[in-house]
Amino acid sequence: MADASSTAAAGGRRGRLYDWLCQRFPIEAFMRSQLLEYYAPKNFNFWYYFGVLALVVLVLQIVTGIFLTMNYKPSEAEAFGSVEYIMRDVSWGWLLRYLHSTGASAFFIVIYLHMYRALLYGSHKAPRELIWIFGMLIYAALMAEAFFGYVLPWGNMSYWGAQVIVSLFGAIPGIGEPLVEWIRGDYSISDITLNRFFALHVVALPLVLLLLVVAHLVALREVGSNNPDGIEIKKVTDRNGKPLDGIPFHPYYTYKDLVGVGIFLILFAMVVFFAPTFGGLFIEPPNFEPANPLNTPEHIAPVWYFTPYYAILRAVPDKLTGALLMGAAVLVFFFLPWLDRTRVRSIRYRGLSYKIALALFTVSFVALGWLGLQPAEGLYVLLARIFSVIYFLFFLAMPFYTGRFEKTKPVPERVTSHA
Amino acid sequence: MSEDVDQGRRKFLTAATYATGALGAGFAAVPFVASWAPSARAKALGAPVEVDVSTLEPGMLTTVQWRRQPVWVVRRTRDMLERLATLDPKLKDPQSEDSDQPDYARNEGRSRNPEYLVLVSICTHLGCLPKQRFQVGVGEGGPDWPGGFFCVCHGSRFDMAGRVFKGSPAAANLRVPPYSFVNDSTILIGDDDAPAKGVA
Amino acid sequence: MLKLNLTRTALLLALTLATGAASASAGGGGAVWETWTADNDLRSTASLQRGARNFMNYCLGCHSLQYMRYNRIAQDLAMTEEQVQANLMFTGQRPFDPVLSAMPHADAETWFGRPPPDLSLIARSRGPDYLFQFLKTFHVDESRVATTGVNNLALDGTAMPHVLADLQGLQKAVFHVERRTEKGQDGKEVVTQVKVFDHFEQLRPGKLSPAEYDEFVRDTVNFLDYVGEPTRRQREDLGIWVIGFLLVFTGFAYALKLEIWKDVR
Repeated sequence: MADASSTAAAGGRRGRLYDWLCQRFPIEAFMRSQLLEYYAPKNFNFWYYFGVLALVVLVLQIVTGIFLTMNYKPSEAEAFGSVEYIMRDVSWGWLLRYLHSTGASAFFIVIYLHMYRALLYGSHKAPRELIWIFGMLIYAALMAEAFFGYVLPWGNMSYWGAQVIVSLFGAIPGIGEPLVEWIRGDYSISDITLNRFFALHVVALPLVLLLLVVAHLVALREVGSNNPDGIEIKKVTDRNGKPLDGIPFHPYYTYKDLVGVGIFLILFAMVVFFAPTFGGLFIEPPNFEPANPLNTPEHIAPVWYFTPYYAILRAVPDKLTGALLMGAAVLVFFFLPWLDRTRVRSIRYRGLSYKIALALFTVSFVALGWLGLQPAEGLYVLLARIFSVIYFLFFLAMPFYTGRFEKTKPVPERVTSHA
Repeated sequence: MSEDVDQGRRKFLTAATYATGALGAGFAAVPFVASWAPSARAKALGAPVEVDVSTLEPGMLTTVQWRRQPVWVVRRTRDMLERLATLDPKLKDPQSEDSDQPDYARNEGRSRNPEYLVLVSICTHLGCLPKQRFQVGVGEGGPDWPGGFFCVCHGSRFDMAGRVFKGSPAAANLRVPPYSFVNDSTILIGDDDAPAKGVA
Repeated sequence: MLKLNLTRTALLLALTLATGAASASAGGGGAVWETWTADNDLRSTASLQRGARNFMNYCLGCHSLQYMRYNRIAQDLAMTEEQVQANLMFTGQRPFDPVLSAMPHADAETWFGRPPPDLSLIARSRGPDYLFQFLKTFHVDESRVATTGVNNLALDGTAMPHVLADLQGLQKAVFHVERRTEKGQDGKEVVTQVKVFDHFEQLRPGKLSPAEYDEFVRDTVNFLDYVGEPTRRQREDLGIWVIGFLLVFTGFAYALKLEIWKDVR
């Protein structure tokens, strides 16, 4: 195995400047530990692409976001016009805008699939609980980031979406109304609100997201990746201490992930270039009208990635309870590592009870997502209530249908497949 | 480890992937870099400006704004034009070889039509706005002053064709912008080609 | 392994349900005019040019296109700036200026009750089909004698007069009454009488035949569709190349992956 960079003679091959740097900065050590000597399980499958893809989308959003900020004006008077300025007058502005708007939706598709992998293979179980917690914090920060970002074009849906979500905080007894006024900085959603949301979206939350992503990756590298069979590859090692079922991240997963990135970019490009509004799901028609405080759109719905929680909110007739339940729906994810009592990580070896529960949860989440887009009337309300109950039962009943009551299959010593 | 690794194929595929990737990265950079070029709005705001000179008396100056810069239009008298030829030894760049002007302004009067002088009124030293000093023999230039412009910031002096005098901190003659005559009494500043485009 | 596929099937099923239902939730009554589609061809430069002419002659009096510049129209519709200036510009503006109506906002509000909206993005917020239906369903309405004398099926109570009346002529909407049986709030059956659109009756012909008027409206809607997103054509054309390039790149990357992974096990 010719591995040129692992020798001390590397400096001589790459030059004195490289040597000088390596003596003062752990470039070589970092590359070696993270790429060449980081052993990942060899049986990663389709579900394991989404971490890298999330990183790709993050970089894309930051770069396109910076360039959009160069031309966007965060004031009530100019915001909407500045977006059209970007779309029409700025060279290639239309592409920057569509990359960013599609990237936002792509981020959530990738993240939801990334989280689903954990549910399938037990990546949230010990010793990876902290990776899961950091991940959930990233998810929460991402939702806030997306919410603030959607307000910025100052279209009619931007305005009314902000109005609805911010007024939810008014449901908190006692401090509700003053809190809402404090968030808005004004007596209604206004120029002041827009400007502060701009600062949060462009500076504050991206910094928080970057920090959390780094923490997430550090925690991962500390413990090592899980895998579709849910076994600890470090348990079976060769003479040199290398896991028998592990392979160096570079070149195996760098090149494999490159293919994943390529396929992702093809699908991404298909949307950006041929369906950027995605039938009104990614950019909603009312947002092509400027914000109008005197005229609500016919159907106020949040963007598709929030709709499951919106459906849960509307399922309850009481404003405060609905808001609390919506918050609880996100919060309950944090407790997953401890609610799940399983002794077996991967769904391949878990009992029927968990498989059924997960299937029901999946259907509920998607159904709630769809219901969140519909008007809250008639049969839809009933369905939203049913699926909300299933959603919460998945988590709250988990200590009871997992663990002792699960008929698990025997887990093998070694991984059973590889890509 | 497999023994019969086709190193040649590996090298080729690695090179091909990296090359295509690098090419893709290059293509991807284009929209970002290009987005910095002046937008349609910038071009609209920087559009040529028309000046009506029918009411401009000989020896008088008028100022207009083009691309946020002040531009002078001066209607020179016969005396002013005759004096220009005598000034060459006193000037740093009498033939305008090191100065900024369109080809049609690379002449003694530094203009298309000697009667009208068009100059960007920004001193070529550090950017102040020079003042009019058209009166001969009067002012900072002393009794030999032939008339022209004087920059109060650091003392640069320019003649009635915008050419810089020796002894001035400024190194080049005042800049002549692109311009053309729409008709005998209208100058279009910022466009070389007014008659051809038939701009009304 | 079996249950894993179950989860995936459930996901797929839910998604198909969602997309199916989304397309079915279009409208309530389903009157025939609601099914009319614009069928405009954004790649027909001739149609766009006619539409631009139509807009400037009939719409610009009240409606602006504040995000659209004349020189952009020239560039995209294969016209020179001189041609645009001669045929499309009547208000003393310059080619790089945006297309603004000369009607003062305050006066418009006085005359019509509300200012005529800017139409730069109307095709994106309402869709070309709606615009087509709007321009075709003006009809005489006696109850609106005090204002415009007409009403519109696509936008009931519109403040806009029938600007194209000399081209389309005037029509009358004929309704028939339908009895509908629905379950009321308390579970009892309720019979309601509903006025349903039946057909239009031409009262007075216009300068254009119905087919010609259809084309006129289609061209105008086509132009508005283009104005909504002038870069659309460029976007789609570039997309082919980008995806083609990505396919080549992914092809190489995949071949490389397969080759490298021969080492594993």
